[in-house]
Amino acid sequence: MYSKDGEDYFVVDAHVHMWDGSDENQLNIHGAEFIECFYDYHRNLSPEEYVWEFRKYQKYTEQNFMTDVFENGYADHAIFNPAALPAFYKNGFSRDLAQDMARRSPDRLTYNHNFDPRNGEAGLRHLEDAAREFGLKGVKVYTAEWHGDSRGFKMSDRETYRYLEKCQELGIKNIHVHKGPTIKPLDRDSFDVADIDYCATDFPDLNFIVEHVGLPRLEDFCWIATQETNVYGGLAVAIPFIHTRPRYWAQIIGELLYWIGEDKILFGSDYALWQPKWLVEKFVDFQIPEDMQGEYGQITVSQKKKILGLNAAALYPHIEVPEHLRLDFVPTTAEPVGALIK
Amino acid sequence: MNSTATRFRAIEDRAWKALSAVTDPELDESLTTLGFVGTVEASDEFLTATLRLPTAFCSPNFAFMMAADSADALRAEFPEMSTRVVLEGNADSERINSAVAAGVGFTDAYPVEAAGDLEDLRAVFRSKAHLASLDRLISKLVSTHAVLPELLPTIRLVDVPEMHEREALLRRRNDLGISIDDNAFVLVNADGSRWDINDLAVQIRFAKATRISIEGNAHFCSGLLRTRYDEPPPGH
Repeated sequence: MYSKDGEDYFVVDAHVHMWDGSDENQLNIHGAEFIECFYDYHRNLSPEEYVWEFRKYQKYTEQNFMTDVFENGYADHAIFNPAALPAFYKNGFSRDLAQDMARRSPDRLTYNHNFDPRNGEAGLRHLEDAAREFGLKGVKVYTAEWHGDSRGFKMSDRETYRYLEKCQELGIKNIHVHKGPTIKPLDRDSFDVADIDYCATDFPDLNFIVEHVGLPRLEDFCWIATQETNVYGGLAVAIPFIHTRPRYWAQIIGELLYWIGEDKILFGSDYALWQPKWLVEKFVDFQIPEDMQGEYGQITVSQKKKILGLNAAALYPHIEVPEHLRLDFVPTTAEPVGALIK
Repeated sequence: MNSTATRFRAIEDRAWKALSAVTDPELDESLTTLGFVGTVEASDEFLTATLRLPTAFCSPNFAFMMAADSADALRAEFPEMSTRVVLEGNADSERINSAVAAGVGFTDAYPVEAAGDLEDLRAVFRSKAHLASLDRLISKLVSTHAVLPELLPTIRLVDVPEMHEREALLRRRNDLGISIDDNAFVLVNADGSRWDINDLAVQIRFAKATRISIEGNAHFCSGLLRTRYDEPPPGH
């Protein structure tokens, strides 16, 4: 929970990682390039005092995570959205440790698994096992991931649909789709969000959370999200602009509020890409610059509360929001002490 | 400086100028403005330009387009010289460089992985660039020339005063083959058809979102480039 100016904010960090980009885990040069690229994002958009040494960034500890996300980062709950990247890392990019951590702290951590439709039947069985093992409520999908000669797939592919049907059957309701800065997409425009339009229409019972709000295809994402009631936007990667380019950030959040609305935007730090502490603090302090308010209006406290945690809690009902942190909470007027002593 | 060095220097300057006309199709900005041109070096026989991108993972498709367009620009400017474009530090540099040097297309460079050539993708980004330039122009008309938004659909190119945004729009229209006649309407789609006026507010808003999206991407790329190569913004 974060408190500022008499307001309490329930915080769900809907996008965190426990990764291993260490030299030992790299399968090939792409593993090195990938973590270096991540590090550049980290260095480029973080306030200086939050920049880590590269070695630590490659592989941080559970203690680092717990301190940064929960103690310093104000999160009441955090959701792992693991990236597998088996083509780049020996044991995968996401550490199995994330699964153990979620098992040990189910009240604070949710583990989403991932799937790759190109794994066919075997992948479907694996998804069933994982759903049973982890009680999956959500899953992460990375459409630009490499797989043999293939450099990506679409959410509208027939094979993907079989997996989405399986998700429906297994009660995995939240499908987090990475649409944003990506690893080496090829001729197809892997940022393209058009495929979301199809799967969101065909699977009305599932929620599609478009991570990174489709940046750099924000306009296409907004357009689709307004047509579909079950499409959400995850702010990971977009929100760090709040520090380096606050006026640009104002336009992003202003457009999102206009197009998809305050109920469909989810906060995520993408830890360890960025430290949640400064993101949460700056977001709560943020206001649309005055000269832009004619266009976008002001962002309200209740909008911030929804974005920072309440919207994610609505998608993941096992995350309990204490009564006093809900928006409809009306504090009962305390009886004067005298009235109690009868 | 001796005369040979002066001559080489003059060739290099011309090469920079030629490369400044090449744009990143996705960001709709000049490669030289973005800082994507690393070095240009002339010698008696060769003219070599190096390109560098913000990450090793910059999409091979866009990297390929930029390298091929740069190679074309140098060949056109220096038909008498042997010119070379070298893309540095991309995960697929080798493959892209040999394809560009051989003058073959993208599908030849990626026979297995590529599902199609790049023209469709180019068309998508030309159309986005047009929409973004339209937003810049109409925002200017509304904010500084007091044009009422509801009147925008009736405005023709001849009605628009000379300004940078007008030039930029004409350039994008040219790229798409849309009429630039004085009598042509300003608010048109990428295929030249007029906007549906029943949907005006949403379309204006969409143009704006498109512009913001492209600019944001450019912020990302130029920021990452500086971080990667550890240097101040281009032009400094």
